[in-house]
Amino acid sequence: MHRSSDRSKLFSRRAAVLGGGKLVLLSALAGRMYYLQVVEAPRFKTMAEENRISIRLLPPPRGNIVDRFGEELAVNETNYRVLITAEDTNGKPKETLDTLGQVIEISEKEKKKILKEIKRKRSFVPVTVRENLTWEEVAQIEVNTPDLPGSEIDEGQTRHYPKGHYSAHVLGYVAAVSERDAKDDPLLELPGFRIGKSGIEKLHDLKLRGTGGTSQVEVNALGRVIQEVERQDGEPGAEVMLTLDAGLQQMVSERLGEEAAAAVIMDVHTGDILSMVSSPTYDPNAFNRGLSQKEWQDLINNPRGPLTNKAIAGQYAPGSTFKMVVALAALEKGVVTPTQEIYCGGHMDLGNARFHCWKRGGHGPMNMVEAHMHSCDIYFYEIAKRTGINRIHDMARRLGIGDVTGLDLPGERTGLMPSRDWKLATLGAPWQGGETLITGIGQGYVLTTPLQLAVMTSRLVSNKKVVPHLTRKITTADGVVIPVRTEFESLGLSPAHLKLVQDGMNAVTNVVGGTAYRSRIKEKEFAMAGKTGTAQVRRITKAERDSRVRKNSELPWELRDHALFVGFAPYHNPRYAASVVVEHGGSGSKVAAPIVRDLLLEAQRRESARGEPIVAPAATKKNGKEA
Amino acid sequence: MMRYRLGQDKLTMGRKILELNWGFVLLLIITASVGFAMLYSAAPGDPNVPGSVGSWDPWAKRQLIRFAGGMVIMFVVALTDIRIWLRYSYILYFIALGLLVGVEVKGSIGMGAQRWISLGFFQLQPSELMKITLVLALARYFHGRSLEEIQSIPFLFVPLFMVAAPSVLILRQPDLGTTLMLILGSGVIFFLAGVRLWKFTLVGVSALAAIPVAWQFLHTYQKKRVLTFLNPENDPLGAGYHIMQSKIAFGSGGMTGKGFGQGSQSHLNFLPEKQTDFIFTMLAEEHGLVGGLMVMGLYLLLLIYGYAIAMRARSQYGRLVALGVTTTFFLYIFINIGMVMGLLPVVGVPLPLISYGGTVMISVLFSFGLLLSVSVHRDLTIGRKGEPDDF
Repeated sequence: MHRSSDRSKLFSRRAAVLGGGKLVLLSALAGRMYYLQVVEAPRFKTMAEENRISIRLLPPPRGNIVDRFGEELAVNETNYRVLITAEDTNGKPKETLDTLGQVIEISEKEKKKILKEIKRKRSFVPVTVRENLTWEEVAQIEVNTPDLPGSEIDEGQTRHYPKGHYSAHVLGYVAAVSERDAKDDPLLELPGFRIGKSGIEKLHDLKLRGTGGTSQVEVNALGRVIQEVERQDGEPGAEVMLTLDAGLQQMVSERLGEEAAAAVIMDVHTGDILSMVSSPTYDPNAFNRGLSQKEWQDLINNPRGPLTNKAIAGQYAPGSTFKMVVALAALEKGVVTPTQEIYCGGHMDLGNARFHCWKRGGHGPMNMVEAHMHSCDIYFYEIAKRTGINRIHDMARRLGIGDVTGLDLPGERTGLMPSRDWKLATLGAPWQGGETLITGIGQGYVLTTPLQLAVMTSRLVSNKKVVPHLTRKITTADGVVIPVRTEFESLGLSPAHLKLVQDGMNAVTNVVGGTAYRSRIKEKEFAMAGKTGTAQVRRITKAERDSRVRKNSELPWELRDHALFVGFAPYHNPRYAASVVVEHGGSGSKVAAPIVRDLLLEAQRRESARGEPIVAPAATKKNGKEA
Repeated sequence: MMRYRLGQDKLTMGRKILELNWGFVLLLIITASVGFAMLYSAAPGDPNVPGSVGSWDPWAKRQLIRFAGGMVIMFVVALTDIRIWLRYSYILYFIALGLLVGVEVKGSIGMGAQRWISLGFFQLQPSELMKITLVLALARYFHGRSLEEIQSIPFLFVPLFMVAAPSVLILRQPDLGTTLMLILGSGVIFFLAGVRLWKFTLVGVSALAAIPVAWQFLHTYQKKRVLTFLNPENDPLGAGYHIMQSKIAFGSGGMTGKGFGQGSQSHLNFLPEKQTDFIFTMLAEEHGLVGGLMVMGLYLLLLIYGYAIAMRARSQYGRLVALGVTTTFFLYIFINIGMVMGLLPVVGVPLPLISYGGTVMISVLFSFGLLLSVSVHRDLTIGRKGEPDDF
């Protein structure tokens, strides 16, 4: 009994110790719980939210680009693709894929790749089997759906340019986001997202892109979507209406053909670019689809430069199309009167150098209008000499030559309008008198883009500081219209001087003996005035000049002269100005003038035929590539 | 109390039922009901009914049935004379040991570890059975021994072997959690029986010294669990994932929780095994600190009942069984809650009475049956071999 009682006491004592220990341990648990649920709660709450809600971006549809009448130039096309979701294939993704292979063509190599991807991804993640399905393929797959468990047709959007190659250089193209692009918009992280890489697509990319929507979905630990919690639809991209006339664009494009050439047609008052074509062109759809290595090599190695927009980035000596600038500068300085005659004997000496007229033997006495009409070089040498390079430079700059015109299109180049200061600064040499002379006929250092020539023509017709533009208006998804400037201040040139130069240009085309008389527009109401230009790209040596100057046809292509022409129409109430440069095309009067005649005639005919603006044609049915 | 004393061995069945500790039974039912509610919440709602939360299927209903079955077993065990349990203690122990050998020889694979013997209608887990029978066997071994006997070293060889044999077998399955529980639970019985403290110190020190050796024998996944436990945030998508997610669930539950059926962590399957080992996490997420502490309060009350019963028991056997059972129960709770809160490695120990699972439910209720039996027969003095004490 005694021993038993001892034992009992020991037991009680130890049981109390044990119980106390357990209480301590349970308190530790409670303390830990307090720590997790109260002290650390804010941190864990955030983590739980992140766990639960996954935010998915909904790409907005990219805005359309339309021409001035609403015809679609760039649209989104439904892209059908077929997907396989492994978990819905009754555990046999390979069978589904094989059956699918009997419906649409899938190579063994592709099949292996797809099966590998299916294995790699979680079973509920759909794997793309093929994109850009044709209607026939879609129909075939849908008919066979019962035999294709786990397969589905999915609609995506791809950019499509209905008549892409006519306006490729203006529209630009979209392509996948590259490493170098800024990643400020989360949309750019979306697989398959395309952004504008050049042209209007690049310029207005942010507006065309729209804002991404978000879909907040509840996901489980495996990433499977349980349900959509909240959806915020984004804002579709804005519609960009261009000043281009798609029909005219097509005509101009076809007229230029495969020549390395550029043409610009613009409204002399508003600055609207009705047509801007650089030839040869390319298919912008190919960039979206992805170019093969060979296609890319062909494009960049083509000597005619299909990727360059020659209308804004091609820089050419303006040749005789520059003569109006010289005339206006001389008239303004008062170094020549309208009726004053200058004798052309075929050449002119300055110091030790002799400067030739294009016409051997010379034109005889020339007044200003006649000098334009025959494009007499001696006349312009003389008045250039009297005017001086700095005045010519200032006039050229006023007319838009030698700097970017401010066109709303990326990639415009400045051209070059030399001056004394420029030469000293860049070449470190003083200006030579002879350089003023050759600048007087648009040769030497002076370089212009076809766009600058069109702007120059517009300005000397309208006497307004016209700035060209391609964007007519931008309409955002909620209907806000972003307007574009079409009113311009006066250039401040003397109307009498302008009239004189315009008369000269009229004589070029409409007076017998004018350099472009053969390219005149015979219909009185559409009559065109203009100026030819032939820009030498090689130096004619003394020896050659002494024997006989070789004809263009005798020269290799890359040594032939550039053919230029600038014109405006209708003569009595000018509305359109046009410029054309045909690289190595030969003579301006034979090659470029007929093109401008056709362009201006078409532009005017389209206007009179229309009467009122054409209503946008109904959206054409799009069904992807034909099989 | 004294008036029953002499007639204890002649208690009528009606008398015994009256003597049952009904307060304890009520606590059990409340605690188990919390489990049913959590299992109902854990199940996905009717997909056709928007906003529907929880379901009786697949867990809550079956758990309820098991609990009912377990209660019947508990009462049968409780009303069985404590001396019968004493007499059969060794036999039951050897049966459990035999079954453990059985799973070693031929077991079915479950969760990558061999732990079950399929009896067709029931998956018997011998290691669970061992937790009870080892307590019984040790209690019987120490029952009626003098302190001198207990404090002699050779006397301890047999009980040490009784602990070691099943521990090794269970560790081989491998089931680290159960092994630890067996050893800790047995240690408590040794301690309560009066084994000298320096011996515990000796065992403790040698166990520490043995850790580097034992490390070599651990399975890769066990090593990984321990390493993960030491630094879970290192590997949030790998092995530390469960612990991290569990902690997030606790933390996001906050003071009052997200509400019944609203635990995003649990319902979106971020929580592993939310209906079994991690059910306390779900409870804490949905009902917050308040809910968690209330459940811990229920457990504390059950433990206090266990202590009260042990203190009231006159026989050494009864006391040891009562505290052995209570300690095992405590270990379940402590290891499980400590584990889901990132205090202990994830060793796969369920939360008794609440976690879904038949074997543990039945084994816990069986052991509570023993506890109640001790309570009912508290005034019985028992001889060395189960005969009425001659005092």
